[in-house]
Amino acid sequence: MNKNLLWKVVFIVGTMLFFLFGIFGIPKGLSGDALATALTDHIHLGLDLKGGTHLILQVHVNDAINVDAQNAIEVLKQQLKSRKIDFAEITQTDPQNNPDHILIKGVQPGARSDLLSIVQERLPEYEITGAPENSWNMVMKPSMVSDLKNKAVSQAIETIRNRIDALGVSEPTIQEHGLGQYQILVQLPGIDDPERVKDIMQSTAMLEIKQSLGGPYPSEQAARQDKGGVLPADAILLPGQSQPGAAEGQAWYLVSRVSAVSGKDLRDAQPSSDQNGQPSVSFTLTGEGGQRFYNFTSSHVGDSLAVVLDNKVKEVANIKEPIRDRGEISGGRMSDQQAKDLSMILRSGALPASISYLEERTVGPSLGADSIRSGVRAAVIGMVAVLIFMLVYYRGAGINADVALILNLIILLGFLGWSTIAGVNVALTLPGIAGVILTVGMGVDSNVLIFERIREELRNGKTPPSAVDQGFSHAWITIVDTHVTTIVSAAILFIFGTGPVKGFATTLTFGLLANLFTAVFVSRVIFDWILSRKQRGEALSI
Amino acid sequence: MEFFHNVNIDFLGKKWYFLAFSLIFSVAGLFSMLFWHHIPWGVDFRGGTLVYVKFSHPPDVNAIRADLDRAGLKDPKIQPYDQPSLNEVLIDLDVRETSEKALDQGKTKIIQALEKNAPAGKTDLNNASFLAIKNYLMDKDPMHLGTDADQKYTAQAQAIVNLRDKVLGGVLNSLDQLKGASGVDPAVAAAIPENFYLSDFGVRNVEIVGPQVGGQLRTQAGLATLYSLLGMLVYLGFRFEWIYGVAAVVTVFHDTLITVGAFSLTNTDISLTVIAAILTLIGYSNNDTIVVFDRIRENIKLMRREKLSDIVNRSINQTLSRTILTAGLTFLTVLALFLFGGEVLRGFSLALVIGILIGTYSSIAIAAPILVAYQDWRVQKGKRPMAMPGKAR
Repeated sequence: MNKNLLWKVVFIVGTMLFFLFGIFGIPKGLSGDALATALTDHIHLGLDLKGGTHLILQVHVNDAINVDAQNAIEVLKQQLKSRKIDFAEITQTDPQNNPDHILIKGVQPGARSDLLSIVQERLPEYEITGAPENSWNMVMKPSMVSDLKNKAVSQAIETIRNRIDALGVSEPTIQEHGLGQYQILVQLPGIDDPERVKDIMQSTAMLEIKQSLGGPYPSEQAARQDKGGVLPADAILLPGQSQPGAAEGQAWYLVSRVSAVSGKDLRDAQPSSDQNGQPSVSFTLTGEGGQRFYNFTSSHVGDSLAVVLDNKVKEVANIKEPIRDRGEISGGRMSDQQAKDLSMILRSGALPASISYLEERTVGPSLGADSIRSGVRAAVIGMVAVLIFMLVYYRGAGINADVALILNLIILLGFLGWSTIAGVNVALTLPGIAGVILTVGMGVDSNVLIFERIREELRNGKTPPSAVDQGFSHAWITIVDTHVTTIVSAAILFIFGTGPVKGFATTLTFGLLANLFTAVFVSRVIFDWILSRKQRGEALSI
Repeated sequence: MEFFHNVNIDFLGKKWYFLAFSLIFSVAGLFSMLFWHHIPWGVDFRGGTLVYVKFSHPPDVNAIRADLDRAGLKDPKIQPYDQPSLNEVLIDLDVRETSEKALDQGKTKIIQALEKNAPAGKTDLNNASFLAIKNYLMDKDPMHLGTDADQKYTAQAQAIVNLRDKVLGGVLNSLDQLKGASGVDPAVAAAIPENFYLSDFGVRNVEIVGPQVGGQLRTQAGLATLYSLLGMLVYLGFRFEWIYGVAAVVTVFHDTLITVGAFSLTNTDISLTVIAAILTLIGYSNNDTIVVFDRIRENIKLMRREKLSDIVNRSINQTLSRTILTAGLTFLTVLALFLFGGEVLRGFSLALVIGILIGTYSSIAIAAPILVAYQDWRVQKGKRPMAMPGKAR
């Protein structure tokens, strides 16, 4: 063997060892069990094979804009009052679709410069323009809107991750999904009953403590009547329970619009039990929140306060004395589990916007196991059929093709294994297994192209070395063209596809790349080695 | 061994037969897409609820329909799934049964409708989650454990779920099966019936897609196919002449049309993985076309004096051996997938089985004749014959 060839062989063996390490690492032994464990440690299975839940969530990002706009309205009102500027009303014109559009009506004439300076100093994220009849339009800057929306999504991802981590789900996937539609993909391996997780993720957990101004009323009308038909401007009606244990929505409470403290002021929340021994959640406020709560409670001794969770009144209590930094949520028929979950949700923080579910897929573990079995069976049968055919049809060169195919498979699986080692985790999905099978079928194409060309050149009377040389160089152009086009469609699939389909695109792409190496380079080296051992004029087995 | 030696078939002379064959299948498919089954979008694209249920006995579709009807579920599609011996049924609810507010209400209704004759206060073990079983065991504490209770009962609940899902394939027939099962403590097996009963079914798999995602995915699938075709056109235009790109894209479009048509004619659902198969097929069919085109390009340089139709015929014949071999081998692997790959991959492998046959046929019968037809047209219009593709080597 000449030196050049030797180096190539060393390179190929090195590559193989590298990818074999990717598949098995250093196994504990060489028994079947040890190898199988090593294999499952290195090649991660997708959700469709190991079972679990796949969810797509929509973040209603307009909620976040809404909060900002309402806050801006409050700021405007305060500022205008403090500068003694009269105005008729400040409203959102279209809170549903364009929550950032704010209309200020009936501003007293001549207040232009004051108004502009308020917006510039206190609300720099808004633009203000004049309108007829002393009105002003305020709209959030487009860059701020998209900024706020994106921030809402990343915050939601963060919060959901905290909650899922606290539940102890192993290896969850939580990431932004789709192309800028404010969606989140959540994959929970091994969770085949997603109800509880879904409730926990979806809970906005917006905790507010407000002043209770009246109630419980049996209905909304009753509340209105009690207040003389019109509700005070700084109060809202919220549903709640008339007494612990009753269903929600049976009673209505009138509470202040502004909150004394909110979920942002929480330092900790823990499950506990109330004075009746029922499960409850006790919370502690941060220093600043505690100070505000103390100010509020000391000025409202004798009044009632309402604990409001997600716009539902959970509890109403009398303020007997100023409270600094502790509170409790009880009421309702909370179970131990619910108390635990609620305190965990409160600790994880509120969602910046509400979410809803767009897609839910659950794969039971039995189905995943069946899929692996049939996928692997189909792969083995297809592979063996191809290997045998190549041997029969091309005889000596068939061994060459078979070696290339097997190496192709090792590189592909090794790539999956290395992705785990590198922490990228390209999982093997059922369509991914199909991709492996297809790689075998399409991979053999390169060998067929080359071998047919070599046969043709031999028929034209070329000597074996020059036929091999011509065969490879002519087929090479075609092989590049065919690989590029297939990889292009696989890449597009990867960009547009989700989950399992992505897995398919990945295995197909890397299978084809590996194929370029094995079917062209490795196969050529084997030919060169065979030719180097032959006498001049001896025939080539092909 | 050699199947094809010195073949010399006049493929271009048969172009009218090819055209007739392609037209029949394209038009039949198109007809079905427009007037008969339409495009049978799977749940991924149209939205809706699919629930795969395994029964402990051969299922009676009519009885299931009656149960669902009582629960107020309108027109569910109920069909046996996979091999009859597995007792599986696929229940398919329209997208109307999935609302934005409660995506899974259809699934919940199905389970409630099928869990008839439930003893009061007991939970269905066949559809109980691991957590529900563990929580019950923790409360009940049949093994009288101490600090290791959490760990031990986790293992017990896991053993029960494993027996149900992995050993028995999804359903328990009798609570007695727990007795003596590996890993299940006798005390646990005795305590389970106090809180659990067995229904005659278990849910294996659920797919719920809201209407919004469905529309979004349809757009994405359409775009992906379009970009794929555009990518081919650009690459081939760059590597050969633009007419080669056009011929390849027309060919691939023909393949896609016939494959989708076949799905419409057989009313087989087009799922996300089927789209993946169709995109693969685009790549595959293109491979075949490129191999022939490459040979045409090579031969045009060698045989400058001959007519294009002769060159094309010669090129197809020279590559025929490779075309048939590759198609045959790929077909072999795809057939293995179709026959042994299981029900989940059925649509995917069906698309590939059809696609590989059509893709191979079309590179010979559609792509090459387009080149010749274009040349004839140019000659008729009195222009110079086609520029010879010789660039980009």
